[in-house]
Amino acid sequence: MASLTHRHLGLRGPSPAAGAGWAARTILTTAVLVATSAFAADTLDPNALKRLVHQDCGSCHGLSLKGGLGPDLRAETLDHYDPEVLTGVILDGIPDTAMPPWRPLISEEEAEWIARYLLDTEAR
Amino acid sequence: MKQLFLGLAAGLMMTTAQAEPTATGDLGLVIERAQGSVLLVDQSDRAALARIEGLGDLSHASLVYSPDERFAYVFGRDGGLTKVDIVTRQIVNRVVQAGNAIGGAISDDGRLVAVSNYEPGGVRVFDAETLEMVADIPTDSKTIGLVDAPGRRFVFTMWDTGETWIADFAKGNPAITKVPDMGKNPYDALITANGRTYITGLFGEDGLTALDLWAETPEPIRVLPDYGRGQEEMPVYKMPHLEGWALTGREFVLPAVGHHEVLWIDADTLTETGRTKTHGQPVFAMARPDGRQVWVNFAHPLNDTIQVIDSVTKDIIHEFKPGPAVLHMEFTPRGHEVWISVRDANKVMVYDTQTFEKLREIEADSPSGIFFTARAHRTGL
Repeated sequence: MASLTHRHLGLRGPSPAAGAGWAARTILTTAVLVATSAFAADTLDPNALKRLVHQDCGSCHGLSLKGGLGPDLRAETLDHYDPEVLTGVILDGIPDTAMPPWRPLISEEEAEWIARYLLDTEAR
Repeated sequence: MKQLFLGLAAGLMMTTAQAEPTATGDLGLVIERAQGSVLLVDQSDRAALARIEGLGDLSHASLVYSPDERFAYVFGRDGGLTKVDIVTRQIVNRVVQAGNAIGGAISDDGRLVAVSNYEPGGVRVFDAETLEMVADIPTDSKTIGLVDAPGRRFVFTMWDTGETWIADFAKGNPAITKVPDMGKNPYDALITANGRTYITGLFGEDGLTALDLWAETPEPIRVLPDYGRGQEEMPVYKMPHLEGWALTGREFVLPAVGHHEVLWIDADTLTETGRTKTHGQPVFAMARPDGRQVWVNFAHPLNDTIQVIDSVTKDIIHEFKPGPAVLHMEFTPRGHEVWISVRDANKVMVYDTQTFEKLREIEADSPSGIFFTARAHRTGL
């Protein structure tokens, strides 16, 4: 599963753009996530997932997630959603809208990480 | 006294440098999406000349050129409209005209610059000289597919309501013609180089919808309404772009949506003439200026690849992987070379379109759109 996930995401280690502050926050976020979700943390690459969120979700939702063709995904906009609901939307999309299912490309653990990342106002 | 002399000398040297004419015909700008800058490039030298910074959020950005190829109007995601002087290599004016913008166009006479916005939904039109707003056209919808049309007109389409509007600025205040029933969720549109046919791609249903802008009363013309019927739709991880429309001889080639193929359409009858299966969901299908080849790039997660299709046989004749996240391609005006932005390699790569040999790599920071000044003289670009 881990290797499949890695191939799908094209994970190639840490992004060269990541600076020290970014890395520190990553470690903090990872620590929070490890504390809240016991599984599979060692197979997740937070930098690659952040890159996915901003670059690829960003195709529709904007690089800064302020919205575009797709809605605003900033934490303050999403804060009334449970992470489980967002995880479901990420994995299965929303029928009859432009939101595609990401299940073919990412694991459930990765979707859950993304949902928590979106809701975490400190994470960005 | 010595200081004064030096100051004068420096002043004179600057004047001399500026008096040296700068020809802009083979220049271009590359959007650097992460840092909000543009890179000035020279096509003939295959080189970057300068970086111009301070253009805001360029995560989905495009630009148009003034008719004299001196000024670029850059449309940023954050609603920023920035006027860049590529001769002096600096920003000369900038306004933030909306909260969330998607694209823009310049009128045929070069006097008006229009921007289409998601938030607030609509089109705003500015004086190209001063960037003062001359018209605000709310549409109550996310507005896409904005192009210029001959006769000082702009044409644009609404994602939410499926209408296309034609705003005619020939007499100053815009006269607006509304065309309903273009289809469900139009995502982008193009206009042909002669300014006659406007085609919008549909996300919410199969096919495309065309308008004949030469008609007295343009009516929606359905194009390939059944092209995906009976086939399972595939997830679309990035909407295709139609701006880089391709006319090859007598046919258009356009990216399908939810199907991994490009569609060939007879330009006169607007009927299907073929399909070519592709590597993934096409994003851009762009014809080399002579029309002999079509270069296609793809949506995530297959966005490291380009396929080249021969427009006579409709077969794929070449496939290669320039690198991670190929976002855009721009041909030199006569098509001998193509420049390709490879976002995650932080490079623009230049290829020979006959031999497919890579000629140069140019460092750029998260490059996306590449725009050569020759666009200044083409309707719809």
